[in-house]
Amino acid sequence: MLYFVGLGLYDEKDISLKGVEALKKADEIYAEFYTARLFGTSISCIEKMLGVNIKILSRAEVEEEAIPLKNAEIKDVAFLSAGDTLTATTHSDMLIEARKRRIPVTVIHGSSILSAAPGIAGLQAYKFGKVTTVPFPEENYFPHSPYLAIKANMELKLHTLVLLDIRAHEGRYMTANDGLKYLLKVGEEREDDVISKDTLAVVIARAGSQTPVVRADRIGKLIEEDFGGPLHCLMIPSDLHFIEAEALVVLGGAPEEILEDDL
Amino acid sequence: MIEKIKDLMYQPEYIRNIGIVAHIDHGKTTLSDNLLAGAGMISEELAGDQRFLDFDEQEQARGITIDAANVSMVHKFKDHEYLINLIDTPGHVDFGGDVTRAMRAVDGAVVVVCAVEGIMPQTETVLRQALKENVRPVLFINKVDRLINELKLGGDELQQRFFKIIANANKLIRSMAPEQFKEEWPVKVEDGSVAFGSAYHNWAINVPLMQKTGINFKDIYEYCKNDKQDELAKKAPLNDVLLGMVVEHLPSPKVSQKYRVPNIWSGDIDTVEGQGMVHTDPNSPLAVMVTNVSIDKHAGEIATGRVYGGTIEKGTEIYFVGSMGKARIQQVGIYMGPERINTDQVPAGNIVAITGAKNAVAGETVTSYGTKISPFESIEHISEPVVTVAVEAKNTKDLPKLIEVLRQVGKEDPTVRVEINEETGEHLISGMGELHLEIIAYRINEKGVEIETSEPIVVYRETVTTKAGPVEGKSPNKHNKFYVEIEPLDKTVFDAIQKGDIKEGKVKGKSQASTFTEYGLPKDEAKKVWDVYKRSLFINMTRGIQYLDEIKELLIEGFESALDDGPIAREKVMGLKVSLKDAKIHEDAVHRGPAQVLPAIRKAVYGGIMMAKPTLLEPIQKVFINVPQDYMGAATREIQNRRGQIVDMSQEGDMAIVESTVPVAEMFGFAGDIRSAAEGRCLWSTENAGFERLPNELQRKIIKEIRARKGLSPEPYGPDHYLS
Ligand SMILES: Nc1nc2c(ncn2[C@@H]2O[C@H](COP(=O)(O)OP(=O)(O)OP(=O)(O)O)[C@@H](O)[C@H]2O)c(=O)[nH]1
Ligand SMILES: [Mg+2]
Repeated sequence: MLYFVGLGLYDEKDISLKGVEALKKADEIYAEFYTARLFGTSISCIEKMLGVNIKILSRAEVEEEAIPLKNAEIKDVAFLSAGDTLTATTHSDMLIEARKRRIPVTVIHGSSILSAAPGIAGLQAYKFGKVTTVPFPEENYFPHSPYLAIKANMELKLHTLVLLDIRAHEGRYMTANDGLKYLLKVGEEREDDVISKDTLAVVIARAGSQTPVVRADRIGKLIEEDFGGPLHCLMIPSDLHFIEAEALVVLGGAPEEILEDDL
Repeated sequence: MIEKIKDLMYQPEYIRNIGIVAHIDHGKTTLSDNLLAGAGMISEELAGDQRFLDFDEQEQARGITIDAANVSMVHKFKDHEYLINLIDTPGHVDFGGDVTRAMRAVDGAVVVVCAVEGIMPQTETVLRQALKENVRPVLFINKVDRLINELKLGGDELQQRFFKIIANANKLIRSMAPEQFKEEWPVKVEDGSVAFGSAYHNWAINVPLMQKTGINFKDIYEYCKNDKQDELAKKAPLNDVLLGMVVEHLPSPKVSQKYRVPNIWSGDIDTVEGQGMVHTDPNSPLAVMVTNVSIDKHAGEIATGRVYGGTIEKGTEIYFVGSMGKARIQQVGIYMGPERINTDQVPAGNIVAITGAKNAVAGETVTSYGTKISPFESIEHISEPVVTVAVEAKNTKDLPKLIEVLRQVGKEDPTVRVEINEETGEHLISGMGELHLEIIAYRINEKGVEIETSEPIVVYRETVTTKAGPVEGKSPNKHNKFYVEIEPLDKTVFDAIQKGDIKEGKVKGKSQASTFTEYGLPKDEAKKVWDVYKRSLFINMTRGIQYLDEIKELLIEGFESALDDGPIAREKVMGLKVSLKDAKIHEDAVHRGPAQVLPAIRKAVYGGIMMAKPTLLEPIQKVFINVPQDYMGAATREIQNRRGQIVDMSQEGDMAIVESTVPVAEMFGFAGDIRSAAEGRCLWSTENAGFERLPNELQRKIIKEIRARKGLSPEPYGPDHYLS
């Protein structure tokens, strides 16, 4: 049996009761934290809480050596990842492969940033377009596609959820500030004004924790602020429904002028 | 004298920057020495026999030039004095990099050809290097005394011999000269752009002087025959004739920078700095091309280069355009005779020695700090290292120092490749040949680090012999897939890259497509070449794939890194045509970053290679041997014992000339063996001749050996390893 278990958003208590049961039943528990990570806790906390033993796998151990899959053929394996287990990850490949190998699979969901972020900012999930991620720029890699995804969504009057890159093994988590700077830089390179310092954006930090941040404002202003520790993500709203506009003002401290051009 | 030089420095029309180039041993250093002596810059006793300019201990011991030497002299021609900056270059193939770099510093070249040997392969190579840099040649046929005294040729035969050499030289010049000079640059006997003589005996003559003095070929014969070359030297002094030829037929910086700058500089000619260089303007933005770096025991790093624009001043801050570093220069120097003399400033059109240009490397573009200019085109060395040795420090206390010294060595000689392995302490140095590596090892010892070197090892190449694919390379997350097809690159295209007619590097813009079609690449492919690397092409044959543009650079990087390190034995790969046929790419940018794309394309290339009947190539040299008839059998045996093939044999007088090709792997120790086989009575030279397929019966054995040495599993992985 292979259990895919989502750990949820923030700490050891975000896992569902079904998830806990699965962990207790499993012979081996693996976790990957290269796609995301829980900041409100440590793996030893979870181990202690449940009295189990968890092995953290690297990307190569999951993707190339397929350790969870191999073991699931002979025993009960739980595979943990932060957030929801098959959302904003590339584990669907494992799910398919498990089915092909006739390994029984159970998926136990966790809460995901994909629903949490719109939720705590009062934006309506119905109105979101493609999700995109801003990667850490690298030599030979500075893609414009996150910006283009926002642009395409805007054209359809859809909001965009913008995730920010994580390099868990290097201890690097992109801040909202750097994500916004990235988008501005692309705007400069492309010489269009889909995103500028005047664009309205929403910063979410530490969703799922006791102290989440929801901040909505013009990018020029947000870039100067400090949102505290990771994880961060962004939303770039398109046209706002009046409830959404009110939410951003009340929950995120957005300037009141945005109330005037609501729908 | 120094005042005179400083004065002439500011009058570019009275400057000549020249290189002396030739096949090995044809007499470059003897000529340079005697020119210096003739100009009164060194004493007569020091010149010639002593080979003053080969002052390095190893150069003296081995009788060859190793490092290019910069000198200058003043020559009076028709009532005006001229400043001649001269670079004596090495002729041995192992040091060909020095010639390439020197050609970037000069405007003209004296091509020396030994009258006995005639035009040799290395003559062709140095001519190609000169012409590629738009450096104009004149011809000096040297060692004429030997034709008469050793080969016993008479007056008429002399003349015929000269004409043959001239005709051959012109054939090369015509075929390799820049388009606009194909008519103008071939040398002409009538106008004196060819001279004949003996550098050793200090005389030279050309047709205009023969007409003026009435000396004819018969007279030359008599002078030599009767041991009266002294007299001839008085009537036709070497330095007068040679330097006269240089002043009259080779261009000043003022003339040559007009056409050379557009050819060697990447920037826009209409900018201030572009115009400054075209007009050799000392008041324009500074533009210096570094062509050589050496480490002086006392002064530290010395960068020699050509000032193309502006004026370089001591004490100022300079900026390295390529590495984006800066440095404060302590001194700027010029050459007076063989000495470096410091001065306050050096203007455009001159060759400068910069002290304190920390971290400069040959090929770097220098400007003043705070100025922005485009870089010069990079200097392409035509041959690549084919031999490697491993070096280790004898004493563990020298470990850190060895690394420092190795870095220095790499800086001083850009044709050396140094791979430092701090973990094992066993570092690899690759060079052009056995001699090159011996010299480097010697110099490392000289710098105070005792080392031990392994036996030299040959550098192999990997390639394919048939077509394979499309094969599928998957990213680690399995969400990205690339489909490539691999086949051997067409020979015409391969040769064009080898010769530099097709430049290596990422293809920018559409303009290069026509060059590819010219060499036979189908039009639809020519337009889609992404990268030319290691004599291989990477072609994007896909159409309209979303996000492909964003990962193009990564795909190229992955393709290049695959070729750096092939699947058979981690040797470099060459001669492939890799076509990207299709790609499946993840929607989100983080799931198709470098960590995914690089391994995916590498696997596709490796898998494709392993399916396309891969094979190992080994480096080959041409070997030319000149021996007395009696030893011809012994000499050919030496070749045949080394898996060599005789290409041609000819006779001249008592001498036999054997031309052959031999694998470099078999050439180690040849110097000693041929010397004893011919009892010391033989002259020989080599020339790199690229790579050829390693015989089948040796493939497995060599692959195993290389893999064992590199700590790899004994057998290469099959295609499934990369493609599943
Ligand atoms: N007879 C005779 N010998 C010459 C003449 N010119 C040079 N030589 C001899 O040829 C040999 C090679 O001369 P070099 O001047 O060292 O030749 P090179 O071209 O500088 O050699 P590399 O720098 O090693 O390529 C020496 O023994 C010289 O004395 C000449 O005109 N006549
Ligand atoms: Mg020499």
